[in-house]
Amino acid sequence: MSAAAAPLLELRGITKRFEKKLDLAGKLARKLGARLADETVHALDHVDLAVNEREVVGLVGESGCGKSTLGRIVARLLAPSEGERFWKGRPYAEFEPARERRERLAVQMIFQDPYASLNPRMRIVDVVGEAPVVHQLVARGEREDYVAQMLQRVGMDATLMRRFPHQFSGGQRSRIGIARALAVKPRFLVCDEAVAALDVSIQAQVLNLFIRLREELALTYLFISHDLGVIRHVSDRVVVMYLGRVVESAPTAELYARPNHPYTIALMAEVPRVDARRRQYVPIRGEIPSPLAPPPGCHFHPRCPRAFARCREEVPRLREVAPGHISACHLNDPIPA
Amino acid sequence: MTGALLEVEGLRTHFFTKAGVVKAVDDVSFRVERGRILGLVGESGSGKSMTGYSILGLVDEPGRIVAGRIALNGTDLTRLDAAAWRKLRGNRIAMIFQDPMMTLNPVLRIDTQMVEAVRAHQAVSREAALARSREALTRVGIPSPDERLRAYPHQFSGGMRQRVAIAIALLNQPELIIADEPTTALDVTIQGQILFEVQKLCRETGAGLIWISHDLAVISGLADEVCVMYAGRIVESGTVSEILERPMHPYTRGLLDSVPSRNTPGRPLSQIPGMTPSLLKLGEACAFRERCPRAVDACAAAPVVRDLAAGRTLRCVNPVA
Repeated sequence: MSAAAAPLLELRGITKRFEKKLDLAGKLARKLGARLADETVHALDHVDLAVNEREVVGLVGESGCGKSTLGRIVARLLAPSEGERFWKGRPYAEFEPARERRERLAVQMIFQDPYASLNPRMRIVDVVGEAPVVHQLVARGEREDYVAQMLQRVGMDATLMRRFPHQFSGGQRSRIGIARALAVKPRFLVCDEAVAALDVSIQAQVLNLFIRLREELALTYLFISHDLGVIRHVSDRVVVMYLGRVVESAPTAELYARPNHPYTIALMAEVPRVDARRRQYVPIRGEIPSPLAPPPGCHFHPRCPRAFARCREEVPRLREVAPGHISACHLNDPIPA
Repeated sequence: MTGALLEVEGLRTHFFTKAGVVKAVDDVSFRVERGRILGLVGESGSGKSMTGYSILGLVDEPGRIVAGRIALNGTDLTRLDAAAWRKLRGNRIAMIFQDPMMTLNPVLRIDTQMVEAVRAHQAVSREAALARSREALTRVGIPSPDERLRAYPHQFSGGMRQRVAIAIALLNQPELIIADEPTTALDVTIQGQILFEVQKLCRETGAGLIWISHDLAVISGLADEVCVMYAGRIVESGTVSEILERPMHPYTRGLLDSVPSRNTPGRPLSQIPGMTPSLLKLGEACAFRERCPRAVDACAAAPVVRDLAAGRTLRCVNPVA
């Protein structure tokens, strides 16, 4: 593959473990014969992800599936335990420190909670204007003009920049969070449940803003959400995760028309729809297992209506089931003779 | 039996703050029938939760029910004193909150909490109360209830905790259950399981249910009747299919149009401009008129509720055709 055709951002074999070592009391208890061990959360297990320039990739999954951890690894807020990250086809590890710092600005994150992600003691002009001045994208004297420009871009009244975050509504705070991310001229935005906390009518406004900004600024998104309706609306391609692994990935229309993995099928069946009336809910059984002790084989097998012996033993590999459509399920394998 | 299980008429719950009077609930009327589910839809600040709290008599200072009638089987609850209301709560009317940790005491075992809830209202033995608790846990789909009774709330997952909260609400076979966004914090697969249980329970026990939610999709699959609230008032009500298929109020219409799955992927969503108004500055005029594409001069007068058909009401002078 030539460098020009390489994805804008790529993750290969990313694994992330969070380890909790035993404290002193725990170690003593173990010495005395208690059955205690260090706890390890397997947040991500060999995840590959490639996002092309100007593409919007939707990442769906339930809580605890590792989607936020993956977002943070993409935004370089967390380091993976294993695996490598590439930017325009080159590993980040190869960049010299100055270049690395510059490239880091190219990926920015929009957080879920518009209340917790703004410092309540900072005025909006500082919230949005601090980073571009620190990174010398804007001279200190031009800061206010620049902030005004950013606020206008996200559809806010620039005269409000002297106010504090608590003086704004949830939707406005979301816009401020977006303006802050845009202030360092990113190429790539990681939106982690960026509209989940908003009311329906405000959510539509913010989603429209994302769609407009994508056009205006030629942005690339990784859009993380548990809401399949939102994901369908904004994404070109959807990646479905379950308990730290990617179970399926396909172009949006293909995935919604022909979901392959039993988990994706179940997830889509559960989604409440405005057009459905008085439906008889037939839920998938059970709960998401703990990532502290994920089940062997396919992680979904304890809840899967179609699980068979092999699912309990062997981890299914991601295989192509249609052009651009990959799924990790043993049911897709030809039955051995 | 004649008459609705619950009849709310002209309910007004106002908060008398230093900054002025906040009309959180302003002239709200609706009925709930036995074994039926009423969906109360609205955005944050629309007064939907405060309507639920008013029915339970849980309005705190500086708030007060200033007018209206809340009749449960014909008895007006607004005339009850604190002791009588206390007898009602958790007994004939039960509430399920959004956050199950608000219902559960983190330092008490589940059995302690459930037995307490039974014995607060009925003179039964501890054993009988335990047996009933076990049965309630089984009914909401909690596996191995005997073990789970001896557990503490932190040992449950979010979905399981919400099931326990629902089981506690069911303990005394309430006639009316008020559920305030109980599945908002849960994952879709877990939400599906809980909606399934709740729907089944209503049909089986004949209890009436008020399901408060901002999520039209959940309401559409669950409710029989729907009331849409905006800025403290019910702007439109009717059966679920009428409201969702033939919305007449421009606000309901706007809400439905902004749902992503109803729009073409990738195209801008149709959106309602502006934001929800401050409840402090509300006059008598229609609170939606500043955001409304169909606003006319007549909207500046207080909009009256019109009965269009049995159970179908509308508060709009220039409705969507």
